[in-house]
Amino acid sequence: MTARSNILGKLRNSLAGTTPRPDEFDEQLVTRPWQYPPAARVERLRSLMEAVHTEVHQVSATDWPALVADLLNRRNLSNLLCAPATDHGKALQHYWQTTGQRSQLLAYDRPIEQWKTALFENVEASITGTIGGIAATGSLVLWPDRHEPRLMSLVPPVHIALLKASEIHDNLYDLMTAQRWAAGLPTNALLVSGPSKTADIEQVLAYGAHGPKELIVVILDQA
Amino acid sequence: MSQRIPVTELAADFRSRATTALADDQLRTNFRTAMDSLMKKRADAFPDEQEREGLRELGNRIKARALSRLPDLLEQLEAKLTENGVTVHWAETVEQANRIVHGIIEARNGRQVVKGKSMVSEEMEMNDYLARRDIECLESDMGEYIVQLDGEKPSHIIMPAIHKNARQVSRLFSEKLGEPATDDVNELIQTGRRTLRRKFMEADVGVSGVNFAIAETGTLLLVENEGNGRMSTTVPPVHIAVTGIEKVVQNLRDVVPLLSLLTRSALGQPITTYVNLISSPRKPEELDGPEEVHLVLLDNGRSGAFADAQMRQTLNCIRCGACMNHCPVYTRVGGHTYGEVYPGPIGKIITPHMAGLNQVPDHPGASSLCGACGEVCPVKIPIPQLLQRLRQENVRNPAEPQVVKGGGSKYSRTERMIWQGWQLLNTRPALYGLFLRAATRLRRLTPKNAGPWTRNHSAPVPARRSLHELADAHLRQRGDQ
Amino acid sequence: MNELFYDAAPNATRVAPERPKPRQYPDKPAEVVLFGTCVVDLFFPEAGMDAIRLLEWEGIRVHFPREQSCCGQPAWTSGYRDQAKAVARAQLEVLDRSGFPVVVPSGSCAGMLRHHYRELFADEPDTLARVNALAERTFELTEFLLRVCKVRLADQGQPRRVALHTSCSARREMDTHLHARELLGQLDNVERVDHDHESECCGFGGTFSVRMPEVSGAMVMDKTRALMDSGAVEMVTADGGCLLNINGSLEKQQQAFRGRHLASFLWERVNTRARKGAV
Repeated sequence: MTARSNILGKLRNSLAGTTPRPDEFDEQLVTRPWQYPPAARVERLRSLMEAVHTEVHQVSATDWPALVADLLNRRNLSNLLCAPATDHGKALQHYWQTTGQRSQLLAYDRPIEQWKTALFENVEASITGTIGGIAATGSLVLWPDRHEPRLMSLVPPVHIALLKASEIHDNLYDLMTAQRWAAGLPTNALLVSGPSKTADIEQVLAYGAHGPKELIVVILDQA
Repeated sequence: MSQRIPVTELAADFRSRATTALADDQLRTNFRTAMDSLMKKRADAFPDEQEREGLRELGNRIKARALSRLPDLLEQLEAKLTENGVTVHWAETVEQANRIVHGIIEARNGRQVVKGKSMVSEEMEMNDYLARRDIECLESDMGEYIVQLDGEKPSHIIMPAIHKNARQVSRLFSEKLGEPATDDVNELIQTGRRTLRRKFMEADVGVSGVNFAIAETGTLLLVENEGNGRMSTTVPPVHIAVTGIEKVVQNLRDVVPLLSLLTRSALGQPITTYVNLISSPRKPEELDGPEEVHLVLLDNGRSGAFADAQMRQTLNCIRCGACMNHCPVYTRVGGHTYGEVYPGPIGKIITPHMAGLNQVPDHPGASSLCGACGEVCPVKIPIPQLLQRLRQENVRNPAEPQVVKGGGSKYSRTERMIWQGWQLLNTRPALYGLFLRAATRLRRLTPKNAGPWTRNHSAPVPARRSLHELADAHLRQRGDQ
Repeated sequence: MNELFYDAAPNATRVAPERPKPRQYPDKPAEVVLFGTCVVDLFFPEAGMDAIRLLEWEGIRVHFPREQSCCGQPAWTSGYRDQAKAVARAQLEVLDRSGFPVVVPSGSCAGMLRHHYRELFADEPDTLARVNALAERTFELTEFLLRVCKVRLADQGQPRRVALHTSCSARREMDTHLHARELLGQLDNVERVDHDHESECCGFGGTFSVRMPEVSGAMVMDKTRALMDSGAVEMVTADGGCLLNINGSLEKQQQAFRGRHLASFLWERVNTRARKGAV
């Protein structure tokens, strides 16, 4: 008699003679109110994100490294954590090399145990890609992996996220279905919808609780 | 510091606690302002009645379907999670759950635990359990951190420090952390951020709750605004998630409407800052994330609620807090008055199953049955109906088998006789007529002090003639009757 | 309301009942039964009489079966199901004798008949059929006047500013606040003003007001304060329990402000010869 068998036994006893309820999921309820003309998706995502203090920029697929460099310079940030093995990581490295930026590009290229203090105390900003966005709620979708690990979008006080305009879906249901999430999820899947915040004191909104104080979303047009 | 208060001391406690709370103007102001704001936020987040009601109904159906298959679903969840590398544990009681958690920590020689928000861990009184074993368990959610610092329990399930204003928090931080006084909420938050950042880095174990456990994919879904949940579940080498057995849903897509209902009902937000789906520990090629992930499934009386089809609906709860935000009783007395882990309407219907109805005999009656809670519950729990049911269970004859744990503690032969008398009066027209005649003719004898009624009202003097008499006369005059 | 009692095992997992369709109202009947309610019977009989007068004004013949007493709510909300059921059964017998539509001058009692009798008799399928039929022909007074009689009220009175309080069950189970608002809206010289936290409970809750007087007291204090601060000269309500609670509190506070039953208010407005109710 284990806790497991006791619990399951009690539950089964309570359901004796009953049949399970059918699946009454009506996908219309989670899609129809949350559908937008494709041209309006970016605008909706942008306005929702800006409403919660996200900084949003729209650039062409080629101009974004310059924008990122500029963002760092304006904030006097001395480094940027990026993933060198990714396409956007390579593009950044190239831009840095050819333009001679003050700030240093850092790589998250070893297990966290080997450099935890440095990550927490020295890294001022990070840049990651995304696997999509959601217009209905103003959200980014991230699937962290070995190149862009989980803490990359969490620890540095400034997080820059690259989002392709063409990868913005209407709503979470559509995105999950299109990307076949039910077939298997990674270690960690994330929706990020703004910089960290809390209203725990008198319901006054304060930003930068534990996650990044600043979230900067760079939307890549025609990408 | 929590203490298990013996039953004999608890009996009148709700009312005496309520009386104290009602006299505290600051508390009443804090709560009134906060609840008004939360109600407005929710209303603004659901502008379309059709959409709202359709979604509530869907939420109700999804939970009902999951509950109708709960044991199978739990087994499926366990299988998928295990396949994904997560270790699943089962606990019937909070004692068992604490031992499991402690065991995991001990195996790693852990001494520091950092905790994301978890109401189940409050049920377990985990912080105290670990503290008594020299393990520091620090709350990382801002609100929980504040109440922990002050040695208090949370007063609301979503906004634990809602009973405090900025000045009170500043005084607390000055006293306990040596911080300079400030009324600036931003500065107060930055203090919390600085202090807790160190803890995230150093903790041996991170503990979290679970908002939804998804059987189909073997996934734990957590929502938050602050980032402390992600910190607690990513930085430390071990992550322990604790949750109730009723939190499992069947399909991944089921979380879509539930998520929308949760964030909009709780805080009026279309979505929380972070939605975190965890399906496994760190994989060999990955560079961060916990090496070990555990899930502890806790019963603690839920199977008791489950046993009765009507009360099973209690387990629909997705812990949004909307019920207490809209409750006129909660607004006036605050969360601590309930004296238990879960306050407000949901607290009144779930605590009897967890702690026993005899521990909280005043809970079912602490409501005017106004129905505001049932109207806003995102998963359509018929809260007033369940309160009513618990009132019945409270007065069930102790000689009969009890349906609810600790039922029958308010059984009173005297009271039963009074209601038998009332029944007689209202089923014998002749008697009723006599009663009306006596009450109206003797109206001047109505005592000025008629017990609890006259505390708040003038003496209830009957009219000169009852409606029965007046109507009778009127209709006879007309030629009827 | 719960078909599950027939279609599935008794221990089957329940779902919330389907959203009720908007109520379909019959044509104005020739005869009705007035279910007075015990609070109106004992404390506000003139309001009951005014309800009768309003109905007769509409050309309806009103019956008042002597055998009626209480809807059973006090025992029901106190957890005494069997006693509530016995009393409910007695009312069912009385109201079934004629089969006429039942008009109730109190929202919470109307709600009891219309919604909660089904729960009481859930385990008696035969009685349940009669209970459902009763529910179908039970109307709260304001909805009956507005939707069944389709009254057009001609205001004979002087300009007056009033606040409207609606009981929780009336609001949530019967939509009474909407009906009452519309009826008041028909009176040209009456201005209805909102009051703070209008949809919040007055604190009566039947036996709640005597079991938890401290919390109930705090609620009625807030309600009376809100009503007095609204700028209205009086309050009207379609619920006897709330009226007893609110007026009792106002009297204890020695305030001049008072509430009146909506039936009395309406009767006075449409009939210049209406007798002022002595409550």
